[in-house]
Amino acid sequence: MATEHVSAPGGTDVAKTPRMTLAGRRLFGIDNRFLPPLLITSILLTAHLSFGILEGWEKTGLAIATAIGTEIVLGYLTYGRIPHPASAYISGISCGILLRSPFLWPYVLCAFISILTKYVLRINGRHIWNPSNFGVSAVLFLAPQTASLLSIQWGNVVAPMVVIWTLGSVIVWRAGRFHQSATYVASFLAFSWVRAAVTGTPWLASVAPLTGPMYQLYVFFMITDPKTSVRSKWGQAATVFVVALVEMVLRLNEVVYAPFYALFFVGPAALFLEALLDARRQAPSAAPRPATA
Amino acid sequence: MTQSTRQRVAQAVWTALLVASLAAVWTLNRRTVGLTAGTPVATASRYGFQLREVAKASGIDFVHQAPTFDRQLEHIMPQVASTGASVAVADFDRDGWQDFYVTNSGEGSRNRLYRNQGDGTFTDVAAEVGVADVNRPGTGVSMGAVWGDYDNDGFEDLFLFKYGRPELFRNEGGRRFVPAGEQAGLPAWVNANAATWLDFDRDGLLDLFLAGYWDERIDLWRLTTTRIMPESFEYANNGGRKYLLRNRGDGTFADVTTAMGITSRRWTLAVGTADLSGSGYPDLFLSNDYGVSELFVNQAGRGFLDVAQDAGVGRTPKSGMNASFGDVFNDGRLAIYKTNISEPGVLVQGNDLWVPKAGPAGRMEFDNLAASLGIDLGGWSWGAQFGDLNNDGNLDLYLLNGYVSAGERSSYWYDFSVIAVGHSTIIGDARNWPAMKGRSLSGYQRKRLWLNDGAGRFTDVAQVVGVSDSNDGRAVAFADFGNRGALDVVVANQRGPLLLYRNDVQPGRHWIAFDLEGTVSNRSAIGARIEVHWAGKVQAQEVAAASGFSAQNSRRIHVGLGSAGQVDRVVVRWPSGTRQEIVGPAVDRVHALKEPHGN
Repeated sequence: MATEHVSAPGGTDVAKTPRMTLAGRRLFGIDNRFLPPLLITSILLTAHLSFGILEGWEKTGLAIATAIGTEIVLGYLTYGRIPHPASAYISGISCGILLRSPFLWPYVLCAFISILTKYVLRINGRHIWNPSNFGVSAVLFLAPQTASLLSIQWGNVVAPMVVIWTLGSVIVWRAGRFHQSATYVASFLAFSWVRAAVTGTPWLASVAPLTGPMYQLYVFFMITDPKTSVRSKWGQAATVFVVALVEMVLRLNEVVYAPFYALFFVGPAALFLEALLDARRQAPSAAPRPATA
Repeated sequence: MTQSTRQRVAQAVWTALLVASLAAVWTLNRRTVGLTAGTPVATASRYGFQLREVAKASGIDFVHQAPTFDRQLEHIMPQVASTGASVAVADFDRDGWQDFYVTNSGEGSRNRLYRNQGDGTFTDVAAEVGVADVNRPGTGVSMGAVWGDYDNDGFEDLFLFKYGRPELFRNEGGRRFVPAGEQAGLPAWVNANAATWLDFDRDGLLDLFLAGYWDERIDLWRLTTTRIMPESFEYANNGGRKYLLRNRGDGTFADVTTAMGITSRRWTLAVGTADLSGSGYPDLFLSNDYGVSELFVNQAGRGFLDVAQDAGVGRTPKSGMNASFGDVFNDGRLAIYKTNISEPGVLVQGNDLWVPKAGPAGRMEFDNLAASLGIDLGGWSWGAQFGDLNNDGNLDLYLLNGYVSAGERSSYWYDFSVIAVGHSTIIGDARNWPAMKGRSLSGYQRKRLWLNDGAGRFTDVAQVVGVSDSNDGRAVAFADFGNRGALDVVVANQRGPLLLYRNDVQPGRHWIAFDLEGTVSNRSAIGARIEVHWAGKVQAQEVAAASGFSAQNSRRIHVGLGSAGQVDRVVVRWPSGTRQEIVGPAVDRVHALKEPHGN
């Protein structure tokens, strides 16, 4: 089955079936490729203008510029064409929002590394890590003294949170990815209860991260990345369930960046497993399968 | 070259680039925090001074005790009872030697007033003069103190702020302290971590600013609810109210807070005053925990206007814990140093150095240059002070840090990071906070002493020059206790010993100092600005009450001159507006300056 891609959060592409043609699937008259960038930009603008979440525009701007610039150069030099910038924009803005550092270089390198992984870490013609997940995880792991994660609230008002969750749900629903977000949230809540029971921590404290903006970005823009998800719906749901499970294990070991590291490990593992199963299925018949883009 | 070959070559190049980028992240991180191998170990002599901890030898054996609040907070007691160690310097008996007052915070514990004997030793006279037994159950416990001559009798009076009933002690001739009593008009109960004296209306009388941290309606020993915590880690507005108390001149104060436009309920941990707007009136900078800072510009004594957002200092919410001012570039501009939290692998807020920049006329703007100057990462930072410790002519920076040092191998950080992102309904209720269970939270941290090279770079020399303690530091104050022309250092630690570092500066480094006394202005000369011009440089300093976190430096202005053996001129702008110029004052001595009458 041929697959089209439109830009999606997390710096990758949203896979769409032929039924969901770009011309046929437009929301509010807007090309679907622009919906995730618009949503994440709206979230950023609202959050910053209301609560000043950014130390300055220069860091986020630099991350976006780096990501788009890198994508253009790498795309052109590798494939001889300039890729649509929406995907890189998402990667850049994700680095700009998720990272916190007094320095500029973590933002530049996060964006640069995110885009590079799309061209380097590939299996069967598709990249296997969510770009910004890889970039952010790498910077957090390698530069703990100088960079950290967005770990604060965006204000205390419930209304913006409801708006973001609603809009985010609509977007992923349109992209056919709502089951991933829903499965992850349900799994997280269930595992929160387990964690609370094991550690004796109040359940509300265990659930608390889900009420923060970092998780809103994570749930809608990172775990739903189709380019780094397996193909079947059940497989996708199972993957995010395992992500939540691994996250729980990491959290029980007090790993602060548990969700990012969980996705970092589980996402590629799922794709690798899928590739293995594909190869096994193809081996007896030797029949070629249609390539994915 | 075919397309597939081109793609293979590109793939190889991108792979190398990816590896190089990952290596760059690792290398830059280490370089940024000074972890690079091969850094030469410099000798103290290279820096021109050496600090030696001499508390015990000086007769000081004070260990701070923390309070114990309501049992409903027991699971997070080390956090909620994490302040109270403070130090305030003044020559309370006017014998020419700097003394200091330190607070204790255990219920029933006693504060100390260390009188400088002039021979390198100190004697606690707090009980003798009536300022020791101030933590009696039911009245709250001490959080800090600040000296100021509010009745202009020439003797520094003592204001004590507490989680509880604030108290004002009138200094009677340096012999005893008398409570000002209820008629003074102080609020009945404030959970404060910061206060300062200032003459906001320039009427020659010191007024008082008192900043609440917890809501003043909360009695931490008798909770009626556990919903007392900040409603947000970075956007909390449910802290204590502020008090601007105008001195009527008859021993009483009037609450003019709201009338002067101050309605903040942020969680203030430090307050500093300086004339940042150049109006001649003192402005107020509030360093707030769980939120943005506030900068109240003084409208000629008729009110205050918060310009923090426009000026840039109040845009990004952090965990402010310090407010100190320093002319770090020797160009007459006072920068604000605000401390925050940096914990590797969890939270990197970075400390702020807000340096004023030339904006449109009448508009204040600041740039944060902390990262550029290398003074941004200091752990869970608390009090900090600027002072020229090696008398080289540049202001250095001493930083304390460390929040809760408990179990050495266990950390509360994970649980803290989880609750910190919670919605207000979760974070705001103490019951939802995970129990600390004896774990540390940014404990046992290495202090920083950043030496200013005068060329835009600070270097941490703490370990080399003798600062090796890892207590939970809170307040640091500078004073020349030996009248030797060197700034000594007092450090107050939470649940820890009081430290006194004697500073031995290499010979050949000159200095000049000034003791100011107002006549038309308030007698403490708080708010006076001095500019010392020498060797093509100019260094500005202002006489202040509170500085840093729960600390007060000696009011004496100390300026290092390096190898320069002469000063061109000194310009004093008194709080009254009177300008005084002294040409060619002698160096290596303390000058007593009395405010001239009239303009």
